[in-house]
Parts: sequence; C-alpha cells; structure tokens
Amino acid sequence: MFAEIFSIVFQFADVFAFLVLSAAGLAIIFGMMGIINLAHGEFITCGAYVTVIGVQHGLPLPLAQALGVLTAGLIGVVLERTIIHRLYNRPLDSILATWGISLIITQGMLVTMGSSMTGVGTPEGSFQVGEYTFSTYRLVLFAAAVMAMIAIYVLFMRTRYGVQARATMQNPQVARALGVRTPRIYASSFGIGAALAGLCGALYAPTMTLIPTMGITFIVEAFVTVVVGGSNVLIGTVPAAMVLGVIRTSLNAWQGQIIGQIGMLIAVILVIRVLPEGMSGWLLRRKS
Amino acid sequence: MRLSILKNCLGALAALAMLSAASVAAKDKISIGLLEDVSGDIALMGAPKLNGTMLAVEEINKAGGIMGRQVEVTHLDPQMDNARYQEFARRLIKRDKVDVLIGGITSASREAIRPIVNRSDTFYFYTNQYEGGVCDGDMVSTGAVPEQQFSTLIPWMVEKFGKNVYIIAADYNFGQLSAVWTRSILGKLGGNVIGEEFIPLGVSQFGQTIQNIQKAKPDWLMMLNVGAAQDSFFEQAAAAKLNVPMGSSIKIMLGFEHKRFSPPALTNMHAVANWFEEINTPAAEDFKKRWHAKFPDEKYINDMGYNAYVTVYMYKMLVEKAQSTKKAALRKVIATGDACIDAPEGRICIDPKSQHTSHHMRLISVDGAHKVHVTKDFGLIKPYWLGEVGCDLTKHDPKEQYDPNHLPKK
Repeated sequence: MFAEIFSIVFQFADVFAFLVLSAAGLAIIFGMMGIINLAHGEFITCGAYVTVIGVQHGLPLPLAQALGVLTAGLIGVVLERTIIHRLYNRPLDSILATWGISLIITQGMLVTMGSSMTGVGTPEGSFQVGEYTFSTYRLVLFAAAVMAMIAIYVLFMRTRYGVQARATMQNPQVARALGVRTPRIYASSFGIGAALAGLCGALYAPTMTLIPTMGITFIVEAFVTVVVGGSNVLIGTVPAAMVLGVIRTSLNAWQGQIIGQIGMLIAVILVIRVLPEGMSGWLLRRKS
Repeated sequence: MRLSILKNCLGALAALAMLSAASVAAKDKISIGLLEDVSGDIALMGAPKLNGTMLAVEEINKAGGIMGRQVEVTHLDPQMDNARYQEFARRLIKRDKVDVLIGGITSASREAIRPIVNRSDTFYFYTNQYEGGVCDGDMVSTGAVPEQQFSTLIPWMVEKFGKNVYIIAADYNFGQLSAVWTRSILGKLGGNVIGEEFIPLGVSQFGQTIQNIQKAKPDWLMMLNVGAAQDSFFEQAAAAKLNVPMGSSIKIMLGFEHKRFSPPALTNMHAVANWFEEINTPAAEDFKKRWHAKFPDEKYINDMGYNAYVTVYMYKMLVEKAQSTKKAALRKVIATGDACIDAPEGRICIDPKSQHTSHHMRLISVDGAHKVHVTKDFGLIKPYWLGEVGCDLTKHDPKEQYDPNHLPKK
C-alpha cells in the first residue's frame, strides 16, 4: 500500500517538475514580458546540447549543466539586443520573428552538428520502494523545479532588481522617468528567461534523445502551463503546474498516456473558459 | 526581305530542332522521384536513406546507367508531414513526370501517398521494413515484413525469456498493426499480452509506463515505440533499473539506439533484421567501405539506408529485363518470379504474389557494452504471408492493406 501511494506521489512530482521546468523560462518571457516566444524550445535544446558537449569534453555533469544555463542566457541577451527589443508591443510580429529564429536554429544545428548526438547517460543511483524501483535523478529534477520557482519568486519580489523589472513591465515610461535603465532590464529579463529554458534542457539532457528538434517536446507543456497560470507568473505557474500535474498523473495511471495528454489539454480549455485570467487572476481576486 | 523571313524561319526551325533534341536528351535520362524525411523528428533515420539512394545512383551512372541511360534523382524533403508527402508526390508524378517514385518512412506517410500513386501510371517503391500486408500492384516493398521479423523473433523470445509480454507501441498505424501481429503470433504460441500501451508520437516522459511495467512483471517487452522523443524510454527505464529483456522490429538496425544512448540503456535488446552495420560478410564489408568513402560522417548505415541502396539496383534489374520503364512491363518481369539481385546481404528476389522482397534474416542481440552480436541466423525468408492468405497480384489487384484481423475475402 505504501509503495502504491509513494508511486503516485513520485509520478506527480515527476510530471510537476516537467511542467514547471518547461514553463519557467517562458513564464518570464511570455508571461511577464509579453513576447510569444516560439523559439523557447531552441533555448532548451541549447542548454541540453551545451551540457552534453561539456560532459563529452570531460566536465563533470553539474558544471556542464551550469555552462548550458549560462550559454542559453547569454544567447538570450544577445538575441534581445539584436532582434527582440524591436518587437515589444508587437505580439504578431514577435510570433513570426521568434518562429523564424527557431527554424534557423534547428536547421542550422541539423546542418552543422548532424541529425543526432550520443547521450551521456543518467547519473547512477536508484532506490526501491515495494516492488518499484525509481531513478534518484528524477528527485533531483523535482528539487530543481522547486528551487527554480523559489529563486524566481525571491528575485522578482524581494530584490531591487525585481522591483525595477516589474515596474518596467508594467509601465516602462514611468520606470524610465524614475531612472530605471529599461533597455538593460528588458535584456536581463529576457536573458533570465532564456537561462531558465537552458536549465530545463540541461537537466533533462541526460534522460532524453538528443536531436536538434528536441525542444519541441517541451513546447506544448510550457505554453499550457503559462496560459493556465495567467498574467501573474510569480503566483500562477506553481498552482497551474500542480493542477495540470494532478490531472495528467491520474489519467496516465488510470487510462494511459493518450488519455493523459487529451485530458490535460481539455483541462486547459476548461480553465481558460472558466478563468480567463488564469490561476493567478483567480487567486488575486479571492485575496482582494 | 523574303530571304530574311526564310532565314528567320530556318533559324526558328533549327532552334526548335535543338529544343526537341534537348528534351530527348532530358528524356533519355531515367528520373527517380525521391521522398525522404531529412529534417524533423526522424531526420536521423531519413538521412541514411537519401545517402543510400545517392550512392547507388552514383555507382550505376559510373557503370553506364540503366540501359545506357543516366539516372537523375529529384529529392524532396516532406519533413514527416503527411500533407507535404501528398503535395510532393503529386508534384513529382504530375509535374516532374518521374519514371519511378521511391521513398516514405512512416507507414502513415506511405498510406498518405498510396492513393495518389494508384491514380497514376507511376510505379512506387517503399523501402522500409513495416507492419506488412499491403497488397497493391502499384507498389513494391523492399523492406522486411512481420513474417520475416515477428515470426522469427517472437518464438525465440518466448522460448528464451517466457510467455508474458508487455507491448509498448507508438499510437499510429505501424504501432497498432504491429501490436496486432504480436498478439496473433503470441496467441499461437500460448503466450499472453499482459499489458499494452499506445504512446502518442512526441511523448518523451515514461515514468508512469515504467511503473506499470514493474507492476505487471512481464518476461519481456515488445518495443514498437517510434521517433526520437519516444526513444527517451530506454534511458529512463535503464535509470529506473527496469532490467527487462526487450524485443523489437525497428530498434538497433533502424534507429541505431545503441549508438545514440550510452550503455547500459539498450542492454538485452533483441531484433531480427536483414541488415545492420555490424554484418561482417565480405560483400557487406565491401558495401560499407564504399558507403563510408562517400559519406565519411555517417554515424550508422541503418537498414533503411541499405534498403534504399538495394532498391535502386532492384529497379535497374527490372527495367533492364523489361527493356522499358512502364509499370505494366516491370510488373510482367516480377510476375515471372525471376526478379532477383545479388545484394550485400545475399541474393534476394521480389515475390510475384505480394510484390514484397525475400531477405536474409538474422537475430541480433545487444550486450551490456552496447556491442551487437548475431545470436541466430534464419537464412533466406520469403514474404509468404500475403500469398498464403490469398493476395495474388498476378491475378487481381485489391490495393488493400491486410493484417491478421483483416484478411482478404476468399
């Protein structure tokens, strides 16, 4: 009995981690900054590839992962300064531009680095509960998801930078009048979002197939989590991932992956219909 | 004045003559229309298919072409999109008027373009191993089919590991029909399918599936998962110490998972194949040497790439015997039962009843260091199933796909 309950909790934690890590970067870039970033998956791929290349060159896995996060973040800053900063308040144009970037990156990687890469293998370690064995690394993923959420919350709610960033997103003119260097805030926020996407790729790299289009597997989960989370990503992402995680886990366990995926997407439609402002809008309304 | 008109007329005539000469020269070439996915989720399997065709065409052209005519290839990349497959098939057949259409990876893409082929006079070659059963006079299948892969693998797996099987399959026609085959063959051996999961394409997380398997405690797994995302199963199962033997009709020789994942993810995987890069007969070694000379960056020569290579030679043999590129003439050659070539795997023939190909089948097993061993040699196996259940393309052409649950009406 304990094994059954543990297994259910473990599966929920696993799905939750996948949703949160997929969505974290997009929550900032799309949720806060309003850029519908269709190149989100490519930042994830970037984090994964840099991690694997790092390990193949002898770096220990955690260091290679840090390098993956950093690289994705830096590429994010460069992209923001060269292309994205022209597209604020132009949502349709930003879709087209980021989609173009995504195509260029995936095809560029296919041409230069080949159609697949050899994986590095999941770090050793497993434990047994009842008749089930689990990979310890999946717990690392869950812990990382929780920590990423806490870090985002602290950064944007408890630091000076966070106040400036939120002010810039809400009213750039006034923020600028008060002396905030808004271009720098935009660039760094986009960079943080890209770095979080890179973190997702870096963490999942040892557990997945490495191909140039691997980021696409995260895209649907990322967007639905952010949309269900609603406009305030700092409050919305975690409850969104929890709700979707519970629905998906129970349907997966009950009827398999097909129904799990269909059920999750139906839930998304229902949430948007009933709560157009997402989870965060609903939570804020209840508070006030 | 008159003279100049005459001159102009003559000039125009000469130009016309040259033009038609040029078009004769262009027609003189034999054109192959090729549809292979070299970008997208299955690019890693499609790229060797393109390379295999190009290698064969280059060799044939150097040796004087087909009936003295050079061969040219028009390749389009449908990117695993079935709508694009249909659009490109129409374009190659109607606009480019290719002599023969080759290609397609997934069974979904094959079934998407088969109706278009049926409405044309173009012969179509499908070069992949697949779930079998297509009885269509407009198509030749050069890959392996279930009687060559499942009827050999499943009895061996049952004898070696046991009767309780868990099936994991991609949720589209290939996965569904291959699961039907597994059930049918297992049933005759007294085995049971104790669990069955169909996975949507693109799913990459298998935590729940792994636990379902641990709960069901099967003797072995039938792995019919497709695409790069679903291959993540192997890494995640190994990390969770699942340690259950696996059988498959598409792993190792096709997606070279043992090269893409680090050990021990593919340990104890067994498959039956007509080609895998580790074959070391002299003919195979010679073929591999030529391939790697032309494509030094190729990670693995998979069975799809090999079949694509062999298919061009198969076509050459048919055209030269028929002295024509017309479909009817080529089918007459196949109907004689003497449509064979010496391929790197050995001598293989097209079966007149089903227009499928005989193959030399070997059972391969992957060890803990991801080395591939030949565990059993089945020798040459004919594609007998369609003929046995009543498909005879020399007599009638139903253009249907059959499976153990859907047999031709007698």
